[in-house]
Amino acid sequence: MTPMEAIVPLLVALPLLTAAGIVAMAHVRPLAKFTSGVAVGVVAVNLVLSLVLLPARVGPIYIGGWSAASTLGIQINCDALAKLMLITVNLVALASLVFSLSYMRQFTKVWMFMSLLVFMVAAMNALVLAGDLFNLFVFLEVAAIASYALVAFGCEAEELEAAFKYLVLGTVGSTLILLGVGILYSLTGQLNMGLVAAGLRKLTLAGGKVGPAPLLAAACLIGGLALKAAMVPFHAWLPDAHPSAPAPISAMLSGVLIKASGVYAMARVVFNVLGPSGPYATVLMTLGALSMVVGVLLAVGQWDFKRLLAYHSISQMGYVVLALGAAAHVLSGPSPQVAVASVCLLGALFHLFNHAAFKSLLFLSSGAIEQQAHTRMLKEMGGLARRMPVTGFCCRIAALSIAGVPPFNGFFSKLIIIVGLAMAGYPVLAALAAFVAFVTLLSFVKVQRYALEGQPSASAAAAHEAPFSMGLAMVVLAVICLLAGPGMMVLRDWLFEPAGRVLMAGSAALIGGAP
Amino acid sequence: MGIAIYLLTFAILLAGLYAVVAKKNVVKIIVGAAILDYAVNLFLVLIGWRTVSTAAGAEGGAAPILAAGQSGRQLLASAVDPLPQALILTSIVIALGVTALMVALALRLHEKYGTFDLENIRRLRG
Repeated sequence: MTPMEAIVPLLVALPLLTAAGIVAMAHVRPLAKFTSGVAVGVVAVNLVLSLVLLPARVGPIYIGGWSAASTLGIQINCDALAKLMLITVNLVALASLVFSLSYMRQFTKVWMFMSLLVFMVAAMNALVLAGDLFNLFVFLEVAAIASYALVAFGCEAEELEAAFKYLVLGTVGSTLILLGVGILYSLTGQLNMGLVAAGLRKLTLAGGKVGPAPLLAAACLIGGLALKAAMVPFHAWLPDAHPSAPAPISAMLSGVLIKASGVYAMARVVFNVLGPSGPYATVLMTLGALSMVVGVLLAVGQWDFKRLLAYHSISQMGYVVLALGAAAHVLSGPSPQVAVASVCLLGALFHLFNHAAFKSLLFLSSGAIEQQAHTRMLKEMGGLARRMPVTGFCCRIAALSIAGVPPFNGFFSKLIIIVGLAMAGYPVLAALAAFVAFVTLLSFVKVQRYALEGQPSASAAAAHEAPFSMGLAMVVLAVICLLAGPGMMVLRDWLFEPAGRVLMAGSAALIGGAP
Repeated sequence: MGIAIYLLTFAILLAGLYAVVAKKNVVKIIVGAAILDYAVNLFLVLIGWRTVSTAAGAEGGAAPILAAGQSGRQLLASAVDPLPQALILTSIVIALGVTALMVALALRLHEKYGTFDLENIRRLRG
């Protein structure tokens, strides 16, 4: 095992042990006040480690001393796609943790919050590194359990109701995923993603058609993962669950959890395990287009700031899934158009990263505003840009990014997606994507107009700037939103294009057993 | 047997799903989620089940332990696949955690709303 390969398991082990350690520390008087610091420290170390891993070439790692040929060991895949997700997850987690240093003072038992949040980060890191389908399911569930508890953290009536709804629908989703994994195991006798993919290739019928049993497995898996990603029509839980959580958790849930356990897992399963083919591509595109349009139309009418943001999450994830579907579509068939697919995948992955940055920033600033103005209703705010200059400025940058105004990062990723859709031969969907971007802009003009401009309302008049750590977290994310647009070329070469290549390699990408 | 047992699993799965989706009582929903879990676990056990035809009819389900004088190939043909059972163990532990959390939430909900009826637990707009 090279030193670089030795780092990879640490990404999971460190936060997992820390999450347990925080619980122990909280019960020892002299250590109790360091729990938050330890949580921030371990996620910062994780971010540094995932950045160190970025240029390294790390092959599949087998835990427990199994050889590659035995096909029995637990495989960890640290490929370019996993690295992209690791950086995104740990970056947003660090910002949320730094933000919660001040924000969570209004709650009791902050150590529980810190422990659960670090636990969720550990599970998400393990989820993106998982090289076999059952591990994927287990860590999806672990991350989900932590998030159910975090949504209910405030223990108010609405929060409990939202958490229960989220929990029930999440369980249905996981059951479907486990059923799909079970069917794939019964078909191929393997759980390792690469070997399942190889087994499924052998089962392909004449003419490249997919048999009924793999189709059933795919339906279970994609259905369950679409529930986790809150794709329309499986979205009902998200607008309740995400706004009910404390603001840093909303940022984590909307910023990375629906991506890691929904979109990432869906991309991994469809491209690398099932192999991109016609029916899956159509399903992804339908889900994506529906979410994109329905999400934004539901968002326009909202006056609750966090609920509005939650509906926009559905819509923006629709963009990513639509572009993934288009890529799968041009890759399937007898003559795959690799160049077009790479444009679509670049757009999808770039937008996934950008959405993590600006949506978590928006949720964090909504938390800062809620703490000062004591309301989430846009009509009761006003004039906050003058009262809270740093928060207002960061909120504005994020709003312009999500609305797709040049030169912010959201503009570039949406442009690439629209160009990719047009190149893939879907001019109507491209026009639809442009229209949705316009409606998003309208919706965020409303946010600007009511929350940040105008005369301060009674509740907003006494507002003052957020504490330092909250401001710091927001400024860092705002800088990323500003730099990711112009710095797109660097990011593309280092992050998005290698990750896109992993997806384009299709079911041959994860060769598990054979060395 | 064959397909019938799978159809039974599917029926249990649908019963659980029906309870989760259609019932309005929090406790019944929790029971439905448990049934859903059991259906999938049953399905996984059935995947690992092996039968061999012998002179005395179909026989199988031996423990996957290598007996003295038995070749690996013979064991493979008659013993059940232990891997799905390991999966189920993990899946049961996860389901335990989820169910415990559900029950805890249900208790807290009862404290706040004074009822288990979801018709009366709806302050959030759909």
